[in-house]
Amino acid sequence: MKLYCLSGHPTLPCNVLKFKSTTIMLDCGLDTTSVLNFLPLPLVHSPRLSKLPGWISKDGTINLEKELKDCAGRVFVDSQPEFCLPERELLDLSTIDVILISNYHCMMALPYITEHTGFTGTVYATEPTLQIGRLLMEEVVNFMERVPKAQSATCWKNKEIQRMLPGPLKDAVDVWTWKRCYSMQEVNSALSKVQLVGYSQKVELFGAVQVSPLSSGYSLGSSNWIIQSHHEKVSYVSGSSLLTTHPQPMDQSSLKNSDVLILTGLTQMPTANPDGMLGEFCSNLAMTIRAGGNVLVPCYSSGVIYDLLECLYQFIESASLGTTPFYFISPVANSSLEFSQIFAEWLCHNKQTKVYLPEPPFPHAELIQTNKLKHYPSIHGDFSSEFRQPCVVFTGHPSLRFGDVVHFMELWGKSSLNTIIFTEPDFSYLDALAPYQPLAMKCVYCPIDTRLNFHQVSKLLKEVQPLHVVCPEQYTQPPLTQSHRSDLMLELQPPPMPYRRCSVLNLPFRRRYERVYILPEVSEQVVHFPL
Amino acid sequence: IGKITGCVFPLQGAGQDVGRSCILVSIGGKNIMLDCGMHMGYNDDRRFPDFSYITQNGRLTDFLDCVIISHFHLDHCGALPYMSEMVGYDGPIYMTHPTKAICPILLEDFRKITVDKKGETNFFTSQMIKDCMKKVVPLNLHQTVQVDDELEIKAYYAGHVLGAAMVHIKVGSESVVYTVSVNKYAKSHISAWIDKCRPDILISESTYATTIRDSKRCRERDFLKKVHETIERGGKVLIPVFALGRAQELCILLETFWERMNLKAPIYFSTGLTEKANHYYKLFITWTNQKIRKTFVQRNMFEFKHIKAFDRSYADNPGPMVVFATPGMLHAGQSLQIFKKWAGNEKNMVIMPGYCVQGTIGHKILNGQRKLEMEGRATLDVKLQVEYMSFSAHADAKGIMQLIRMAEPRNMLLVHGEAVKMEFLKGKIEQEFSIDCYMPANGETATVTTNPSVPVDISLNLLKREMALGGPLPDPKKPRTMHGTLIMKENSLKLVSSEQALKELGLNEHQLRFTCRVQLQDPHSDPDTLHRIYTHLKSVLKGYTIQHLPDGTVMVESIVIKVSSSAEDTNAKVLLLSWSYQGGEYFFTALCIVKRLMYQ
Repeated sequence: MKLYCLSGHPTLPCNVLKFKSTTIMLDCGLDTTSVLNFLPLPLVHSPRLSKLPGWISKDGTINLEKELKDCAGRVFVDSQPEFCLPERELLDLSTIDVILISNYHCMMALPYITEHTGFTGTVYATEPTLQIGRLLMEEVVNFMERVPKAQSATCWKNKEIQRMLPGPLKDAVDVWTWKRCYSMQEVNSALSKVQLVGYSQKVELFGAVQVSPLSSGYSLGSSNWIIQSHHEKVSYVSGSSLLTTHPQPMDQSSLKNSDVLILTGLTQMPTANPDGMLGEFCSNLAMTIRAGGNVLVPCYSSGVIYDLLECLYQFIESASLGTTPFYFISPVANSSLEFSQIFAEWLCHNKQTKVYLPEPPFPHAELIQTNKLKHYPSIHGDFSSEFRQPCVVFTGHPSLRFGDVVHFMELWGKSSLNTIIFTEPDFSYLDALAPYQPLAMKCVYCPIDTRLNFHQVSKLLKEVQPLHVVCPEQYTQPPLTQSHRSDLMLELQPPPMPYRRCSVLNLPFRRRYERVYILPEVSEQVVHFPL
Repeated sequence: IGKITGCVFPLQGAGQDVGRSCILVSIGGKNIMLDCGMHMGYNDDRRFPDFSYITQNGRLTDFLDCVIISHFHLDHCGALPYMSEMVGYDGPIYMTHPTKAICPILLEDFRKITVDKKGETNFFTSQMIKDCMKKVVPLNLHQTVQVDDELEIKAYYAGHVLGAAMVHIKVGSESVVYTVSVNKYAKSHISAWIDKCRPDILISESTYATTIRDSKRCRERDFLKKVHETIERGGKVLIPVFALGRAQELCILLETFWERMNLKAPIYFSTGLTEKANHYYKLFITWTNQKIRKTFVQRNMFEFKHIKAFDRSYADNPGPMVVFATPGMLHAGQSLQIFKKWAGNEKNMVIMPGYCVQGTIGHKILNGQRKLEMEGRATLDVKLQVEYMSFSAHADAKGIMQLIRMAEPRNMLLVHGEAVKMEFLKGKIEQEFSIDCYMPANGETATVTTNPSVPVDISLNLLKREMALGGPLPDPKKPRTMHGTLIMKENSLKLVSSEQALKELGLNEHQLRFTCRVQLQDPHSDPDTLHRIYTHLKSVLKGYTIQHLPDGTVMVESIVIKVSSSAEDTNAKVLLLSWSYQGGEYFFTALCIVKRLMYQ
């Protein structure tokens, strides 16, 4: 049994497991941190961004002034932002039989895999994962296509040239695998290959292996997977959470007795307590509004935003923010809010019981009904005429490189009354802000990552007792910036097997038995001798 | 290992009768109750299933492993609080989320009509409904629920009414599928219908066994035409419905028709449940059809413009109107009150969109009865037009046949239908699929013997060794013999090589050798004779290992050949052939060759 590791990003994994002659891809994560190297895509013509000087090397030998721009002391690529794809050379991706998706954040590379590699298999995901995943893809495509950029910068990727560039471009890895965003047509085609599954459903693959999704507690419809035969069991743990937020709680007991447990998707903010961050989020928001400033919250259009809105629902009255308008701007804002209300089966018990009353499970329905929360597909159209300040705006993309958020950065960045509050943990906020410097607006960093932390995961592993653990190499040492924190790594006996991008691991497995069936005709003739 | 006897069904009220469903299944030592319905045509004890079939005294908990409810119609769940709280059952009750949400509301509604309005006693209370619902475990579609170590159940989308489910029940390798009513249109829903799960028995309702219904669109058009004509001539239309289910679909139909035709006549929906019911549909939209799901973000189909809440005073208003009123069989409540008011006018119309149980007024007027005896000896002349439209999504012949084709059951069991109609369907099934079809009457038991195959763990070493014997590419279509030892130990079966079996069982290996003496005349010396045999065997038996050993023996595979002569007559030679038990197959070949050589 072998594991091929196609992504080096610990929370956006893409691994391929070969087990009993089936080839199973576990997640299809797209590393979007690559977009931080690109200039933002403004929705409205920005004189500042259009007048940036081109980059020419100090000795004048390399002239890339068309492709690279000098902005606020850093060099950025001036082209449509590109994503870092999972490795496609390590094995023939057309041989993949099935792809198992664990949550909607971990499927963003799906169109690249299913559409351009000769893939003919099936993708398995839960219904909320499919529906919300579709919304997130639609949103990114929309963000990109709204601001078309003819130019595609390629010269800078030349190895010889890249070596000469200033950081962080110089250190960017695998730049030749970076690709532009897919089209809606590719998204639809990729998602048509998805077969829906329910938690604890047993799916037989070719009679050789059985796979089954388990609730992972991280997001709507998020799952961990069990891949097993009659005598061997592999658990795949992706983004999981033990906190009580909106999704159904994590199913831990079904992970017991695994021969191998593949562990990915731990929290990216091991030192930040989500509850504390939520409190800080609210108090900073209230402070800015009271001082007459606006609040910008760059976020994904599904996930933590539901919890933020629920928290604000309780907070608005007590903080006397009843008259402050809250705006949610995204091409899929309406769909996301509506979809969240119809997945009762996938919600935590409290929210489920609400549906029996019948009441909508999320309180944002009431916020919308009472006009406290308004949603718009973009800043154009109705929003521009109805928009009042001071206000709170939730919008994407959290990288600050594309989407409506770019407009608000340009609009509000110059005033120290305004505040930007980062809640998504996927991007370093300093890097995200780099092309907007110098900024007068206040920046607050309250990353909310509800995924398992090292303490929780050690406890979990002690309980479920897998024989072997496989994990990204990042989890086997403390973070670079906190090298003394030995509590921020996995310490296990036997030690976990680390992987990195392009690793191929031989998983320690001894198969001894196989299940066969004796036909009734034969079993009737069996004569037995007691010993 | 013997035959395992399968499933028994003492049926309670679900046999050859339409009214209430309650089926008991025994499978692999587990007892499961399927549905727990109530008969709408009775007001006495016959209303509830007779649980004394299960036990004469005491609680049901000890006899039942679980209860599964297929959907929220009262003929399938109406006796639930009676069973769990009054007879006594504390085990798990499984139903889908929408059923769990709607079932208690219908039960409470029904309780109010029976106790508060009709003044009956000895009925379950509101508290009992609540306590009963606490025992409910919600089921998700396709989720495999492990009731205990051996019993597992899985729900499929059935599309009958909101939240209706088929269930697959499995113990070991024996299984049963139970379905109320298969809606042909279920396939248009995203969730797959049912796997080819080859159950031992498929239990299906057969309410519309003989009808092979025309297309849904035709019926819808017909319905709209009739409503429209009545309105045009100034008549009133009464549509008795159950608060949840088909009613919502008919509302959508009328709403769009009114919009398109720009009609002004009012449409009312009888009070109480309307708004709440529509709310359920909004929140459980994933359980409705594809068309409704697809558009729900832009426009929620359940927010009606033309349909308003009904007030009882409206019934006397002049002019045309359409009223949806509960209950659906005209046996009590608002629909009956309105019916009484409108029955005398031939301009009016009543459209029965579903099946009516015997004994109800709905059933009577559908059978052409024009004079009805009402309470207090009054008679009611029925002059209004009576129309029947089969919108209720019970299984029809086509749906059942399609389901059999999908699931490939080994046996079929029909319930919840009228005997004659079921007989027709039974014949059709037996003819087309050549499977046994049962249709037990109430209280009757149908037993089906199953013949499961036996799961065995085979040692991978043995499997690989045996595979290798057949050459590099085994022909999957050709049966092959394999050798191994079957060990039965603590309920598990293992197939291993005999060496491993001996080792595991701590037994010594005994070599069994056979020896055969062949007398013959040969003038040569003993070593010469042996050498002749050796060279001859070597020339004849190509591909075998043949050795001439220094100790004066020849070996063909595991057969040992020795030559000795008697002291008296050196020409009289004795050939000793010795072979082990396993070597038996080569022995006769070797013996024949040697004999032929010597007698030459």
